[in-house]
Amino acid sequence: MSDKLLEIKDLKTSFRIKDDYYAAVDNVHLTVNKNEVLAIVGESGCGKSALAFSVMGLHNRAKIEGNIYFKDQDIANLPPNKLNKLRGKDMGMIFQDPLTALNPLMIIGDQIGEALLLHNSELSKTQRKERVIELLNKVGIPRPEHVYEQFPHELSGGMRQRVVIAIAIANDPELLIADEPTTALDVTIQSQILDLINELKEDMDAGIILITHDLGVVAEMADRVAVMYAGQIVEVADVHTLFNEPLHPYTRSLFDSVPNKAEAKSKLHVIQGIVPSLQNLPREGCRFAPRIPWIDESVHEEHPSLHEVAPGHFVRCTCYKHFEFPGESSEEEEQHGVSRS
Amino acid sequence: MAFLEVEDLKVHFPIKGGIFGRTIDHVRAVDGVSLSLEKGKTYGLVGESGSGKTTTGRAIIGLEKATAGTVTFDGQDITNLKNKSDVRKDVQMIFQDPYSSLNPKKRVLDIVSEPLRNYENLTKKEERIRVQELMELVGLSPESILKYPHEFSGGQRQRIGIARAVALKPKLIIADEPVSALDVSVQAQVLNFMQDIQEELDLTYLFIGHDLGVIKHMCDNIGIMYRGRYVEEGSTEEIFTNPQHIYTKRLVAAIPDIDPKNREAQRQFRQEVKTEYEQSFNDYFDEEGLAYQLQPVTETHRVALPEKG
Repeated sequence: MSDKLLEIKDLKTSFRIKDDYYAAVDNVHLTVNKNEVLAIVGESGCGKSALAFSVMGLHNRAKIEGNIYFKDQDIANLPPNKLNKLRGKDMGMIFQDPLTALNPLMIIGDQIGEALLLHNSELSKTQRKERVIELLNKVGIPRPEHVYEQFPHELSGGMRQRVVIAIAIANDPELLIADEPTTALDVTIQSQILDLINELKEDMDAGIILITHDLGVVAEMADRVAVMYAGQIVEVADVHTLFNEPLHPYTRSLFDSVPNKAEAKSKLHVIQGIVPSLQNLPREGCRFAPRIPWIDESVHEEHPSLHEVAPGHFVRCTCYKHFEFPGESSEEEEQHGVSRS
Repeated sequence: MAFLEVEDLKVHFPIKGGIFGRTIDHVRAVDGVSLSLEKGKTYGLVGESGSGKTTTGRAIIGLEKATAGTVTFDGQDITNLKNKSDVRKDVQMIFQDPYSSLNPKKRVLDIVSEPLRNYENLTKKEERIRVQELMELVGLSPESILKYPHEFSGGQRQRIGIARAVALKPKLIIADEPVSALDVSVQAQVLNFMQDIQEELDLTYLFIGHDLGVIKHMCDNIGIMYRGRYVEEGSTEEIFTNPQHIYTKRLVAAIPDIDPKNREAQRQFRQEVKTEYEQSFNDYFDEEGLAYQLQPVTETHRVALPEKG
């Protein structure tokens, strides 16, 4: 798993709000290898989609700083005409909402065929149709010849998501970005789609970035996990390490707020406060500090950076060493007399 | 008699067609649902989208006209009541999407006091005090009553929706996917809070949802719907540890396991259940692909299987 496919170096994506730029993605370093699923986890507003859109060059007016190396070529701020040669061919994207991602006025066959037409123009019309049918088969759509002629509204949610996946993989991409691919779907369909993405990974030897907020999905799919909070990566580790020994307070808080793990009817952990909006992000110090106010300020770093605590396991800031949930017996808490308000 | 008793509830929507727009067929959105709910308990209604769970909830509260069947609430028949006002006071609803269920042009004060204005003759001052109390109850600052919905986060909005629902001290709350639109940590907040006020106000919940993790966490009893009918009903324990119907098994198997160690085993198990589902579909469903009548397994556990013999 050492074949580096994508390397993101010190990425900063900023949006302009009233003459000032605010970074939605800040100081992000990440790598994705071939035949690997990297999951990016976080709540809404933490910058996971902004990160994915930066890689795909889908931001319209954002300022993107840093480097994004895709197969050794820096694709950050590449002009659209050059990027278009990569997007849809070497890089594919599965969007969250299959209904808005598809054109309601185009038949399914043409929508998938379009991806082939743009990047694979030597195919004849009949060859293209054959390939589209083959793709529909591959993503598990029954009666592909029939679906070829149908419009998106005639298909169910799960089928539409399969079509979106078919478009994303039409040209056998090496990198596939899936932005909440199953959030809009029922559980049984979700499990089918996840199985499908897994098969594709093995078939095509592709690297996959899976963006999700569902920790169950992460546990089922990911090889490595990056946890994002307020535009920064706060923890990166392989999936087993992260689920067995989560270190960063945010990661641990997230795990404790999932009902799956907790005893029925017990109280779930609630993270105090709210995810700060882009303009109100704390720019200095540990960004998670305001949400764990019972932890003494002195344990945070002044300029939190990622520390490698074990090979491949990175944690931002030093506060994890002293972090305890309120109510856990802790010397720290008693010493400072800090309690949860 | 149980606190809420629904018997053989049917909601059919007409399909119009032909030149004269006559009714040519019906969509059987809810097709013979019976459930009973004890006071102070939480009952989970589970199903995939389109299974009729929301329509069932809406028919109970009277937002949808029941085609057949009866709904008895606290000993009173409330099916298709003409004068709904008495029941409306005791039965309230929490809606799924906190972004669209609050009027963006209204202040929180007006949103939360609307039910009060409908049912109680309060002076402006009394009304304000009541709303402030409610805001405190749901953990929002009493000063925020003059704000508009967009000034709140998703979880806070959902709590405003809850404040509105509990304003008249209802006895039964129908919660239609109250946390589906929320992030996990906010979801935890709302779920905790719903449990707190359940104790405080002695509330009964009908909890509609599709996330089995949440349902398992919240509910005492669970009913599973498929295409307008029940396929299985039982206590949370029975449904999760001893599912009898293949559809329930499949739903339970589809829940992602939170431990990556079990990944392979889970995937294999899911595959087996899927194969079983495909092979034995005809044993569990009738010719139209609908569920059979419920047969008792234990006192609380019922499953839709063909009658023996």
